[in-house]
Amino acid sequence: MAFEDQRTTVYKVNPEHPESETLPALRSEELLLNMGPQHPSTHGVLKVILELEGERLVKSTPVMGYLHRGVEKLAEDGTYHQFIPHTDRLDYVCAMYNNFAYCRAVEKLLNLQVPERAEYLRTIVAEVQRIIGHQFWLGTQALDIGAMTVFFYCFRDREVLLDWFDELCGARLTTSWYRIGGVERDLTPSLIAKLKQFLDYFPAKIDEYIIFLETNRIWLGRTKGIAVISAEDAVNFGLSGPTLRGSGVDYDLRKYEPYSAYPKCEFSVPVGKNGDTYDRYWIRVMELYESVKIIKQCLEQMQEGPIMADVPSVTLPPKQRVFTNLESMIQQFKLFSQGFKAPPGEIYCGTEAHKGELGFYIVSTGGSKPYRLKIRAPSFVHMGAFDHMSRGYMISDACTIFGTYDIVMGECDR
Amino acid sequence: MMNQLIQRLQESFSSGFVGATEWRGDVAVTVTRDRLHDVAQFLHDDPGMDFDYIVHVSSVDWPDDEERFEVVWEFYSIRKRHRIRLKTRVPESDCIVDSLTDLWKGAEFMEREVFDMMGIRFHNHPDLRRILMPDDYTEGFPLRKDFPLRGKGWRDTFDFLDEVPR
Repeated sequence: MAFEDQRTTVYKVNPEHPESETLPALRSEELLLNMGPQHPSTHGVLKVILELEGERLVKSTPVMGYLHRGVEKLAEDGTYHQFIPHTDRLDYVCAMYNNFAYCRAVEKLLNLQVPERAEYLRTIVAEVQRIIGHQFWLGTQALDIGAMTVFFYCFRDREVLLDWFDELCGARLTTSWYRIGGVERDLTPSLIAKLKQFLDYFPAKIDEYIIFLETNRIWLGRTKGIAVISAEDAVNFGLSGPTLRGSGVDYDLRKYEPYSAYPKCEFSVPVGKNGDTYDRYWIRVMELYESVKIIKQCLEQMQEGPIMADVPSVTLPPKQRVFTNLESMIQQFKLFSQGFKAPPGEIYCGTEAHKGELGFYIVSTGGSKPYRLKIRAPSFVHMGAFDHMSRGYMISDACTIFGTYDIVMGECDR
Repeated sequence: MMNQLIQRLQESFSSGFVGATEWRGDVAVTVTRDRLHDVAQFLHDDPGMDFDYIVHVSSVDWPDDEERFEVVWEFYSIRKRHRIRLKTRVPESDCIVDSLTDLWKGAEFMEREVFDMMGIRFHNHPDLRRILMPDDYTEGFPLRKDFPLRGKGWRDTFDFLDEVPR
């Protein structure tokens, strides 16, 4: 993008001095600025080298890898079950959806059918996780660009759901609740009652968030028309989730390749028009309402039944049986010490996490460990479009663009 | 019945077509390295294919094979709603393939990651540098199968304080 250069006047310090004839005009080269890795709005440790012309961004080069832990290498050294806790640490604010995406990929590799109740449970918890993720995003991105109040409101309501997770599986963030072939434990009546209570009052809270932000002129000015990307470019860059839907592409794997209990629920996929930060915000807020709808339908439709597929060579026995029954204990011991053998082949399985398409590409050679496991992390792909989306905007908009991706570095660097 | 995508590719590229599989609903096509860019161009431009969305770029190391590395691209068509996996093999002595960044801009970071992790270079890539590992990292490429899980000892050279000085 070209900018009009108004700095053409040659300022002569002393016209009588002969040297002043050779004095150049005001220096006008571009300024290089390091943003991060310790900047609070980068959501982790991310550095971006900004080339500035005045306050305008001419080029930005993301420098990533500060949080690289070699998860893909670690996956090759453990059995399929042992990798589930590693997936918690990818996108550490939304561990449940990572578990879900990974378990679905392994089930596709094994061609394993999950019982119906487990599918409903998975969908409910995944949507609760989506609400948590969007609340976290809404609070932090508003905080980044100067709207502070909504942060406290989002985090107050998020706390209720984190406590709910705590009661469900004993952990608030690193949950590891999904298992290959089902889920670890069922919802108790107390959990269902708490969730229903939350669903009753939550839509009113969403309205509150909206009032806080949409009456804030500063916030509106910093999101409308910022970081615009056209639909064609967004698809070409491989963006996904709300970041892509903001540009008007209704790509949502829950609709395109329905999985779990989603095909049995009625919900709509909000799609934006302008492809700017405001549209992406609007989509996420509308998805909060949709998630509430999905969870309500699942709770209504869910029937009693097993929560784990009955394939003893792969799935874990129920915990009560492990303590009382010798065969079950042997089964559990063998699964955790040796794992199971997966058929040779390769699969890719994408899941619509709240950030975008989280996919696992697994190559198996018939052993009990993945031969190669590649994680398609939406945050990483989104960072690829950072330079394109930031060109021509002000330096302060860089924070908005980090925010608009909903970036989490644990997933980006893996 | 053979998949239509495979059939069309086989008809259009008789010389570069190596093989194709369809397993668990995933279509994978292997082509030779010299025809890779032509096949990708066809997948991107042909109205019947229309693969406008890049899903991921990955690589697999098969140390015992003559052509050691397998580079994998996965594409999706948002309008046609189908998926394809495009693969090609490269030998270790000359591990370079054509970059597909000119067709899918999203491939830039993904191919950089493949270079960083497995040392496969991409011809015509705009900015082929390490992306996740440090720029001055000299131990090699960590996702190769001959790279030990615990690294090659680079981290042992770091200075650590063993105990807190009193």
